Amino acid sequence: MNDKDVTTKSKEPEEKKETSLVKEISGSDRSAWQTILIPLLAVFTGLVIGAIVIVVTDATVVAAYRNFFGAPGYALKATWDAVAVAYGSLFAGSLGSPAQIIESIQIYFATGDSAPLLKAIYPITESLVTSTPYIFAGLAVAVGFRAGLFNIGAEGQFFMGALASAFVGYSLEGVPWYIHLPLAILAGILGGAIWGAIPGYLKAKTGAHEVVNTIMMNWIAFRLSDWLLNGPMKAQGYRPLTPQIEASAELPRLFPDPLRFNIGFFLALIIAFIVYWLLFKTTTGFEIRAVGANPDGATYAGINIVRNVVLAMVISGGLAGLAGTSQVLGVDHWVGQGFSAGFGFDSIAIALLGKSHPLGVVLAALLFGTLRSGATRMQSMAGIPIDIISIIQGLVIIFVAAPAIIRWIYRIRVDREEQTVLTRGWGN
Amino acid sequence: MPTVLELQGITKAFPGVLANDNINLTLEQGEIHALLGENGAGKTTLMNILYGLYEPDGGQIAVRGEKADIESPNDAIARGIGMVHQHFMLVPVMTVTENVMLGNESVKNKIFLDKETVSKRIREISDQYGLEVDPNAYIKDLPVGTQQRVEIIKVLYREADILILDEPTAVLTPQEVESLFEILQTLVDKGKSIIFITHKLKEVMNVADRITVLRSGRTVGTVTPREVDQQKLAEMMVGRQVSLIVQKDPAKPGEVALEVKDLYVRDEQKNMTVNGVSFSVKEGEILGVAGVQGNGQTELVYALTGLSPMVSGEIRLLGNTVEHASPRNILERGVAHIPEDRQRHGLVLSFPIHDNMVLCTYYLDPFAKGMALQQEKINEAAAELVEQYDVRTPSVYVPVSSLSGGNQQKVIVAREFSRPIKLLVASQPTRGLDVGSIEYIHKRIIEKRDEGTAVLVVSSELDEIMALSDRIAVMYKGQIIDIVSAAEVSKEELGLLMAGIHPTDAEKAAPADKDGDEVERVF
Repeated sequence: MNDKDVTTKSKEPEEKKETSLVKEISGSDRSAWQTILIPLLAVFTGLVIGAIVIVVTDATVVAAYRNFFGAPGYALKATWDAVAVAYGSLFAGSLGSPAQIIESIQIYFATGDSAPLLKAIYPITESLVTSTPYIFAGLAVAVGFRAGLFNIGAEGQFFMGALASAFVGYSLEGVPWYIHLPLAILAGILGGAIWGAIPGYLKAKTGAHEVVNTIMMNWIAFRLSDWLLNGPMKAQGYRPLTPQIEASAELPRLFPDPLRFNIGFFLALIIAFIVYWLLFKTTTGFEIRAVGANPDGATYAGINIVRNVVLAMVISGGLAGLAGTSQVLGVDHWVGQGFSAGFGFDSIAIALLGKSHPLGVVLAALLFGTLRSGATRMQSMAGIPIDIISIIQGLVIIFVAAPAIIRWIYRIRVDREEQTVLTRGWGN
Repeated sequence: MPTVLELQGITKAFPGVLANDNINLTLEQGEIHALLGENGAGKTTLMNILYGLYEPDGGQIAVRGEKADIESPNDAIARGIGMVHQHFMLVPVMTVTENVMLGNESVKNKIFLDKETVSKRIREISDQYGLEVDPNAYIKDLPVGTQQRVEIIKVLYREADILILDEPTAVLTPQEVESLFEILQTLVDKGKSIIFITHKLKEVMNVADRITVLRSGRTVGTVTPREVDQQKLAEMMVGRQVSLIVQKDPAKPGEVALEVKDLYVRDEQKNMTVNGVSFSVKEGEILGVAGVQGNGQTELVYALTGLSPMVSGEIRLLGNTVEHASPRNILERGVAHIPEDRQRHGLVLSFPIHDNMVLCTYYLDPFAKGMALQQEKINEAAAELVEQYDVRTPSVYVPVSSLSGGNQQKVIVAREFSRPIKLLVASQPTRGLDVGSIEYIHKRIIEKRDEGTAVLVVSSELDEIMALSDRIAVMYKGQIIDIVSAAEVSKEELGLLMAGIHPTDAEKAAPADKDGDEVERVF
């Protein structure tokens, strides 16, 4: 056997530690670098193609190209300008201007005036605020994927979590924050968890497909919320909104208004770490991943499939509920119709981009949050519709889901392990 | 006879491994040329080069005397080379005709598929070579053996006269193997030439005109079946003395470890496939369950290990009844299970080796403290088992899917034997493995027996059953028709029993040797 010849890999413990995280994402260290490279190239390619869309939809640029042979320089300049203004305002809108930040820090130390500093960091804090629910919801879908479940219901679970936490938030009065806030958060987790548990139980007990049932649960959540927001949970006034939550249930904000940055972001990072620990460092995670990777093998090993499928959907739903909760308690302070605004669906994309690994999900959520929050400024500054962000997001997902395209564009050699050969046998 | 194919000095390296090292092979017209070697010897790599799937690093290919650069399967097909893959490339919801047409569609009036012409041609091919395939049948309705014949038709339809068959018998029942060999004989009689890839010695001796043996990517030699015997071939393959006969002392049976009474079990389609089975296994003995596959052995094992519920009956394990117990409950009572389908039940393929090594014990001390996995302890234990059971792998961190079949099986054996066990249930323990691995796993099973473990071996390989068992239970149509002592039974008698004929009945009904021949052919 040839395999003996391969036994040359170093067995130093240091090397193990360094690559262990990557290996958990990719399953092996041989394809580790591609695991990181392909999402990065996918984002880059998405931005490039997004730029092309910006250019061809820009009237000035198109006009310049009509007269390309008369003034080629002008046409190229117009192209460059259009893209530069669009992406310039996108990144200024999401990250702020470094020069301005440095300047405002100097002012703060010189004069003690914090107003310019707050203004300068506003864009970047807004990006983090937008990323927060994405982290929770991305984790929700990722946990589902790890258990072999496609949770399309994050949207509905998000909504139910938001409604439950809002209810606890506004209905309890005169309770100290250290009781009120945890209660509101718990209610949010519970709301999402119940909404996830139902399709989970149906899947485990009857085999009913979770994709169908989570979609159904989404519609129930939407219609239920319509009724609640127009009826029992409606605040005084014309609009279908819940009352404002009590201050004691709010996730504390770290800066004065209008900065909405709150401790929800840190909560998200902590939860991401807990999910990582749960999935990869505990027996529960071992079971969930075994059930997801090979249910027959898990049964053979004595792992209870029903228990783990339900548990995974409960965790997944709870995380999606937390996403809604963080948005209500940290940012909006009330729930209105159409509140979820596609968070649940974007989270599927985030879980895919993050390869269902908590670290990857955090990074993907930061990217999506940044793009989303910069898009508003891009719209006002460059007159480019927010929809371009959806196009870029869509492209990124296509490239992540079909890495063959990226490999083809950048001529990346496929790992031997993954190589599609018609005959299997060698080293197999 | 003219040479139709000549491979000269073929060399192919993969990162870290020289898969083919200066390999030479000639194929003459009208011969069945077996390519024999262990898993990982480089057989499949060589054929993938010939079929244009890999580019060789060195060497030359000549087809009918002409130098050929084969860069894609299309080049290969154009030169009359056809490949029948081990894993079929068929669309289950399409008919035979549609599958044969795929990628090579005949049309009439430029846009309409011309199924009539194709199905007529399929009928012609089918009649000519005795393939017996109905062009209008749907693939999903056909048994595996017939699906394979559809693959052969696909190749013949494209007018190949050099056929490569990659491990064609791995997926077939003994009867199907027999009829495949008849078809191969017809094909060569009508002028086709065949390369037959396998690691099964007996098949090679039966069917090949010449045999080329590969080992570690090199040609060991080319011989004819007349010059060698199985022992010699095994030595060529493995590169050392191999014992095809398992050495074992007489059993010293102890207490009854497993007792089964009147067991009834249904299969996944709800058919009653185990119909009132009773037997017992004692500590320190091996009970072999023989039988043609599909006579209820699979469901029997599922019921014993808790993978599927039983309908009625009694299972007593070490004196306790374990009907309706969960798989984990049964595991914890000291039952080890080497499952029939190692990739479906035995392993989580995407998990690294270390996690597969603790698949049944991950939650126990020392691998877990409360909820927290003790990854270092797991890795250490896994590394030790890899060493002890000679699993060939670069490290315990690679996914178990990257191992060869034999090494995957060793991972399962290592894992199951590393627990304190009272009963071993081994189902098809060496299916698809090469000689070296078979010898190794047989030795280990005997060792377990000698330590006082009760062993139940289920196998459709008669040789394996005869080699391992102390007593043999023969299953036929869901029932055990007899339990015999392995030392006293002949292969012919077992063959009769497997066909459902009790030798005492047979003597009355018909001359025994005639029936014996009949049955021998089945296996």
